[in-house]
Amino acid sequence: MEILKTFALGGIHPKENKLSANVPIEVLPIPKQVIVPLGQNLGAPSQPVIKRGDKLKVGQLIGKGMSFISADLHSPVSGTVLKIDNLLDSSGFHRPAIVINVEGDEWAESIDRTDNLTTKIELSPQEIIEKVKKAGLVGMGGATFPTHVKLMVPSGKTVEYLIINGVECEPYLTADHRLMLEKGSEILIGTKILMKALKVNKAVIGIENNKPDAINHLSQLAKKHEGINVRALQIKYPQGGEKQLIKAITNREVPSAKLPIEVGCVVQNVGTALAVYEAVQKNKPLIERIVTVTGKAVKKPSNFKVRIGTPIKQLIEAAEGLPENTGKIIGGGPMMGKTLQSPEVPIVKGSSGILLMKKEESYRQIESPCIRCSKCIYVCPMGLEPFFLSRLSKLAKFDMAEKEIIMDCIECGSCQYTCPAYIPLLDYLRLGKAKVATAIRTRNIT
Amino acid sequence: MNMLTVSASPHIHGDYLTKKLMYGVVYSLVPAMLVSLYFFGFNALRVLLLSVFFSLLFEWLIQKYLIKGPISITDGSAIVTGILLAFNVPSNLPASMIIVGALVAIGIAKMSFGGLGKNIFNPALVARVFLLISFPVEMTSWPKPLGFTKNLSDVITGPTPLGFVKDGISSGRNISELAAHMPSYIQDLLGQTGGSLGEVSAITLIIGGIYLIWKKIISWEIPISILLTVVVFSGILWIIDPQQYADPVFQLLTGGLMLGAIFMATDMVTSPMTKGGQLVFGFGVGLLTILIRVWGAYPEGVSFAILLMNAVVPLINRGFKPKRFGTKPCLITLT
Repeated sequence: MEILKTFALGGIHPKENKLSANVPIEVLPIPKQVIVPLGQNLGAPSQPVIKRGDKLKVGQLIGKGMSFISADLHSPVSGTVLKIDNLLDSSGFHRPAIVINVEGDEWAESIDRTDNLTTKIELSPQEIIEKVKKAGLVGMGGATFPTHVKLMVPSGKTVEYLIINGVECEPYLTADHRLMLEKGSEILIGTKILMKALKVNKAVIGIENNKPDAINHLSQLAKKHEGINVRALQIKYPQGGEKQLIKAITNREVPSAKLPIEVGCVVQNVGTALAVYEAVQKNKPLIERIVTVTGKAVKKPSNFKVRIGTPIKQLIEAAEGLPENTGKIIGGGPMMGKTLQSPEVPIVKGSSGILLMKKEESYRQIESPCIRCSKCIYVCPMGLEPFFLSRLSKLAKFDMAEKEIIMDCIECGSCQYTCPAYIPLLDYLRLGKAKVATAIRTRNIT
Repeated sequence: MNMLTVSASPHIHGDYLTKKLMYGVVYSLVPAMLVSLYFFGFNALRVLLLSVFFSLLFEWLIQKYLIKGPISITDGSAIVTGILLAFNVPSNLPASMIIVGALVAIGIAKMSFGGLGKNIFNPALVARVFLLISFPVEMTSWPKPLGFTKNLSDVITGPTPLGFVKDGISSGRNISELAAHMPSYIQDLLGQTGGSLGEVSAITLIIGGIYLIWKKIISWEIPISILLTVVVFSGILWIIDPQQYADPVFQLLTGGLMLGAIFMATDMVTSPMTKGGQLVFGFGVGLLTILIRVWGAYPEGVSFAILLMNAVVPLINRGFKPKRFGTKPCLITLT
């Protein structure tokens, strides 16, 4: 038997708990009202281009990305703009959002709503990038980096590999898994489009071995597409991290503080590949996505196709309600997901899942002294010393933390997951990273 | 309305726990404990119970009345220290000395540094060396392993194999003359030889070590590098002059080497944190052990070797960083 590849340093294997892996994607009914936050992408928030009372169609531009790293925003529903206001979003802050009252479901005429597979790629690389930009695409894996920026290869650099991320290493989440099973052909055409835009002839789809059905399905489909390979990977968290995935597939290591392009790679999520297909072939902007609703106490763990801006309580209701003893609502997976403060917050472009934790799973244990067991060092996928960095952070020695390359931390949480003393290592690391980032910015200005 | 918890990721935990690690060590010591009971009888039980009880008592007293902080005697670390201290003394050691040992281990070597995780030196070893220097006679009269069959009052004492060789060589005899009066390797392996409570049976210590590595409580780097260094270094000496220097197998199976390499040097708190650092640490312990055994004043050098290397652990931790992602592997990074 072939030995499956994985990344070399560190990593953990938490219980997978993929409760909704066999549940087909279900289309969620359109809500009565949507809340569309303006800052849904990494980088600068979009600027609103509509005003109160405007009538909107599905797919109409409502926000414009003004700076280099920013993305456009489209109306996920048809209806009337109620207000633009500061509202609670998944980050836990009150931030500008557009509230739209839904009226019917009228789509912009340019959007092709048929299910016909459009295989022929007619546009030039430049036109593809332009179209991706116009569709407001961002990385669907959760980091929400604007996709068109990733496709613009800096001069002097060449791309050798396009890597499509179908790893989904977070426990519980199954959105990408279902997508690969149900939208395989579209994902592959999306991959082809991305290959054309990046001018590469090699693409690898990396999938962890706990999804054999997806691996088989995509491998079968990939036979029709020259240059696309499907690679099964060992199950190890955080393999879905960009740098870890590149290491696993190409055995190349992206240097500290550099981008994947440095080693000739561009990584895109399977969800993004599908969104690229829809944007380029069907003129459909990013207005909906697949979201897993799951948790041990959830009656009906599900995968939903939902419009952006749908309040999450609607998804929870569709999964047969908030369980009695819910202690925590998490947007995303249990390792890197953010706790949501209220079930009123909306789904955004980067929402991959809603995880409901039982009360008894929601609390942290009491911290005890570090016994220097080194487990955090062994599991760190970036080769850092979390115990040391957290201590430096605690002592406010941020200059030293910078020298120990705290900025390389990808916040995967493996250290804290493993710590037998229950030390909140990642909390301190985040604090340190924020302080060091500020220091670097200040230095660059002066 | 149901109150929701808000906290930062990660939201799940691997269910590792300091307590579990400590009790894992206790379990791994059980085979060696049983062998010591078999060979040294009730006396072994007496030493074990006294040592564990007073280690716990002193930790409790200090936490309650001196530090006035939270009591954490149930975390298992004091039990491990107590057992290891008992393992490091002869089974006929008077109770008063065991109590002094427990006080030194817990009071001086552990709590005065700030308690669990803060100590520089292995507490049980500090106590052992303290007792060895303070009570040299009592600490070096080793009862013969006779078990429950003999009356406790007429325990026969004798030297350890290492002490026997050391005395023999210095009085001008050579290894082959001495060999006739020494226990066989099988006896060394099983534990039918003179020595401290827990150090006599190499095989049970190895079983405990395999359990610890399997449970990922210790990593293989430290014990293997210690044992390998001892084999290589004593092997070189043995090849040079087999009449003057004992062979590597003898060095491996006798004295506190197995106990030290598997249970004492691997103490997480007092050993280096990276794999590279652990290999260097193990090499240092192995080298110092043989140096002391062959040329030092004491027949046994494992405890001194480990304590000496404990002292340089912060330095090793500084020099040996893990391989950073995106850099070429390199053993030493000087900062």
